[in-house]
Amino acid sequence: MSESLQFTIEQFYKFMSQGKLMGAKCQSCGKIMLPPRPICTRCYSEKLEWIELNKRGRLLTYTIIHVAPPQFQHLVPYAVGIIELEKGLKLPGMIKGIDYEKLKIGMELEIEVEPPAEGQEQKWPAWPKYYFKPV
Amino acid sequence: MKGKPLASIVSAGLSKFGKLEGLYAREIFALAAKEAFERCPNLDPKRDIQALFIGHMGESYEHQGHTGAAAADWAGLLHIPATRTECACASSGAALRAAVFAIASGLCDIVMVGGVEKMTHRTTPEVTEFLAMASDYPFEQWHGITFPGLYALMATAHMHKYGTTEEQLAMVAVKNHHNGFLNPKAHMQKEITIEKALSSRVIAWPLKLYDCSLISDGASCVILTRPEIAKKYTDMPVHIIGSGQGSDSIGIYERENFTSLAAAKYAARQAYEMAGIKNPPKEIDVAEVHDCFTIAEIIAYEDLGFCKPGEGGRLIEEGATTLEGNLPVNTSGGLKAKGHPVGATGTAQAYEIYLQLTGQADKRQVDDAKVGLTHNVGGSGATAVVHIYRRE
Repeated sequence: MSESLQFTIEQFYKFMSQGKLMGAKCQSCGKIMLPPRPICTRCYSEKLEWIELNKRGRLLTYTIIHVAPPQFQHLVPYAVGIIELEKGLKLPGMIKGIDYEKLKIGMELEIEVEPPAEGQEQKWPAWPKYYFKPV
Repeated sequence: MKGKPLASIVSAGLSKFGKLEGLYAREIFALAAKEAFERCPNLDPKRDIQALFIGHMGESYEHQGHTGAAAADWAGLLHIPATRTECACASSGAALRAAVFAIASGLCDIVMVGGVEKMTHRTTPEVTEFLAMASDYPFEQWHGITFPGLYALMATAHMHKYGTTEEQLAMVAVKNHHNGFLNPKAHMQKEITIEKALSSRVIAWPLKLYDCSLISDGASCVILTRPEIAKKYTDMPVHIIGSGQGSDSIGIYERENFTSLAAAKYAARQAYEMAGIKNPPKEIDVAEVHDCFTIAEIIAYEDLGFCKPGEGGRLIEEGATTLEGNLPVNTSGGLKAKGHPVGATGTAQAYEIYLQLTGQADKRQVDDAKVGLTHNVGGSGATAVVHIYRRE
C-alpha cells in the first residue's frame, strides 16, 4: 500500500476534486468499496488498489428538502438523491440543473465537481462538493 | 428454553412529554424516576437498585455529556454505577438491552434503565443539525441531507416500488394522533384529519409536517429484576422474553434497498427466536414501533413480519393497527403524537407496553393484552432494537 495514497475518505475527496471518481478494489477477493475503507470489509485484506469509476449513474430515489440545517437553509428547496453507479455501487448527493418536476427514478445523472470557494482548505471537515446533474 | 423470562419489569416511570420549559434533562429524568419509585413501594431505591443504564443521544442540546452520573445523582441513586448508552434515537432501547444483560448474566438482581432528552429550547434548524449527526457526516450531512430527508428517500423508494400512497402515510399520523389524544402524557393531544395531514407544509417531499414526529422534552424509565424475585416487588411483573439488536451501514446509500431496515429485521429475528414467536401478527397483542416518520411505521410493519414486504400501506388502510384492530400499534400515540425526546423513546415504549400488559393503559387499553413488542430504531436504521414482553 502506497503511504501517500491511503484508502481513506480524505483521499477519495482529493481524487474527486481532480474530477475523478475512485473506489478501492481488494486484490485478494475483488470486492469494490465506495467509499474506500483501509481494510477489505469482506476478507480483511489490506492489499487494495484504486480503480476509476464511471461518473454516470441511475437515480434510485430522491427527495426535495424544504427544512434544512442552518448552513443549508439559504439553498431550500433543494433536491438530493442516491444514484447507482457501475457494479452496483451507490452515492448520495445534491441534484442540480433540473426542474424538480422532471426528476424521475431511473433517469441518468452524472457526477460533477463544484470548484472550491476561494481560499477554502480542502480538508476535514470541508470536503470539495460534488453534485449530480442531468446527462 | 424458548420464551423464558430474561428479566422482569416491576415498575416504570414517564415524565410528561412536551415542551418542558426551564428544566434540565437530569431534572426531567428525576421526575420519571420518582413515578417508578412510587409505583413500587416494596422497593427501596437506595438499598435495592444496583446499577443505572441511561440512553441519551446528544451533548449538543444542553452542552452536556456524561449523562449517567448526572441522572443517577438527581434520581438520588449515588453511588451506584451509572452508564450512558448512545445509539442515536435507539439509545434507551440499547440501554434496556444492556440492563437485560446485567440481570441475565446474574451480576445484578435489580437495575434501573431509562432515557432522557431535552430538545425544545433549541431552534428547529439547530435540532435538525443535531439529529443529522446520527447520520453519515462525509457523504450525507455534508451534502445537506437531513433526517427527514433520509426517511423521505425511503418513502419515495417505497412509493415507487410498492405503490404506497401519501394518503396511507397520512393514515399513520391520524391513527397515532388519535391514540395520543387518549394519552394524558402525550406531547400532542389533538385529533387530526387526513386532509389536514396532507395539506401541511412540506418538510422533505413526500414527507410533510404531519408525517414527522415531534421535537419534545421527556424522560422514561423501567426497573428490572431477576425474574425469580420479581414477585417480591409487584403482583404483576412483565417479563422480557426476547431481546434483539442489529446494525447497518451508517449511510443509507450503501444499503441493498431503501424500503426495509436490515438492522430491524436482524433484531426482530433474534428477539422472535428467543421468545419462541413464530407468527408475529397472531402472537403479538400490542406493539410500540419507531414511527419517527410515518413511512417508518409502515416499514416497521413489514420488517417485523406484521405483513408481507410492500403491504404496510394496505395494513394501515385496513385499520388492523388501530386501537380496535387485530394488532394495535403505537397505542401511546407513538413518536408522532406522544413525542420523541430521542434518548427517552426506547424505554418510553417499554413503559407503554408495561401499562398495556398490566391493564393500566386506561382509555387506550387493549383488551386482554398478554404479549407486547417494542421496536426502537437509531438514526436512519443503522441501529435497531426489538424487545418482546409477556405478562405474568
